[in-house]
Amino acid sequence: MRSVRVAVAAALVVVALVLQVAVFPHVAWEGIVPDFCLLVVVAAALVRGPAFAATLGFGAGLLLDLAPPADHVVGRWALALVVVGYVAGLMRQDTRTPVTTVIATVAASSFVGTSVYALTGLVLGDAVAGSGDLVRVLLVSLLWNVLLTPLVLPGVMRLLTRLEPAGAR
Amino acid sequence: MRLPRPSRRPVSRLLRGYRPLRPGPDSSDQRADRSRLRSRMFALVLACLTLMTLDHHPGAGSPLEPAREAMGSVFGPVEAGTSSVVRPVTALGAWFTSTRDLHRDVAALRSENSRLRAQQAASQYQRNQLAEFQGLTSAADTLGRALVPARVVAYGPAQSFSRTVTIDAGSRAGVQPDQTVLDDDGLVGRVLRVTPTTATVLLIVDTESVVGGRVGASMKVGFLEGRGGLGDHGTLDLQLVDQSEAPAKGDTIVTWGSQGGAPYVSGVPIGRVTAVYASLRESSQRAVISPFVDFAALDLVGVVVPSGTHSDRGVIEADGRLQ
Repeated sequence: MRSVRVAVAAALVVVALVLQVAVFPHVAWEGIVPDFCLLVVVAAALVRGPAFAATLGFGAGLLLDLAPPADHVVGRWALALVVVGYVAGLMRQDTRTPVTTVIATVAASSFVGTSVYALTGLVLGDAVAGSGDLVRVLLVSLLWNVLLTPLVLPGVMRLLTRLEPAGAR
Repeated sequence: MRLPRPSRRPVSRLLRGYRPLRPGPDSSDQRADRSRLRSRMFALVLACLTLMTLDHHPGAGSPLEPAREAMGSVFGPVEAGTSSVVRPVTALGAWFTSTRDLHRDVAALRSENSRLRAQQAASQYQRNQLAEFQGLTSAADTLGRALVPARVVAYGPAQSFSRTVTIDAGSRAGVQPDQTVLDDDGLVGRVLRVTPTTATVLLIVDTESVVGGRVGASMKVGFLEGRGGLGDHGTLDLQLVDQSEAPAKGDTIVTWGSQGGAPYVSGVPIGRVTAVYASLRESSQRAVISPFVDFAALDLVGVVVPSGTHSDRGVIEADGRLQ
């Protein structure tokens, strides 16, 4: 069962990455696409808690850092998504997560993820946009993520809930 | 079955930190869970920091380059496949252009055509002269070069703040790192790294891209740096080597060219000067260049390769021959 869970989580992340780099650029605004990988990590955090989500975030971030056409320092998205997994995991509730909590968590995670990524770029002297561009990217990606939340999160969360180990809740 | 939650005094969620998966009266279990989470978070963050330190200077010398290449050879074909599935769907938008739009387009194009024709008639002589000179000087440059056609299959998200794309031609098609990529409008970028079937291209609008440029009107040389945007925001900054000179608005900028044609061959149009800012204090000029290429809608591009390169697809030679 454990291997099935890992396989499903990995498959979700791969699909998210392909959507992010090969499909959604066609409808992107100024190249800003929805962060599908982040949405998968948030869904995992809300279903399974911070430990699982942070680990998944590490894997998803590593994929984002290594898969073409990425060209930034490896580990930047990994760190950002580890932080996102942890922070979103704190919002996990024992009962069914209310819609408002889900949306607020996605918005906060989107903000935190992009900010951490930008900050590491600043520290490492890697590619960073100007502050005006940064704010635009932050806001537009946040909007994208919140808009995509009703389409992506319920399905992913249901799938992960079904695969949850029995008695974990 | 869901257990009733034990009453707890209200503590802020962030202060309390992690709520254990199994709520129960056993507080040592909670503590163990929390310490396990703490050590896992520590390990993950440490792993990220280690990776960043190892890859601090991305490029050929980075110890993570083999991992990038391996990931590229796995993901490149996936991206190319997805892109070929999606392309017919995205092309569908053109079918819905209404007749009225088409009529408007025809009118606009007609007026532009007549304007251009008038312009051309006025400068026919200069043009012919220029063509002769250009033919003489550029023959040596264009001879011995060929184009490998490729399609853009994946875009790096803007959230990554780097402007890179994947193309579906790699080392099997004869593409090598540090080759010029262009499309029918002008310069697109240069090849960063290749896998057998795909290549990663750094667009000239990336903030880390620097291209040697030449002002078409005055032949002055300078350096163009990307601003990191796409679409309307996708502009370049031009700083001339001779800082007392300023390009005029509307001047065309072409590539200056590097030694041996790598990474940029000379004479490829880059863009047009849209604004010039002068800083009196530093007595320098900064010109904003709007590129000819629409970077938000890249599709078919060409990679400049040496003539006679062995390729798995048709190579377009300098004289237009398909090899």
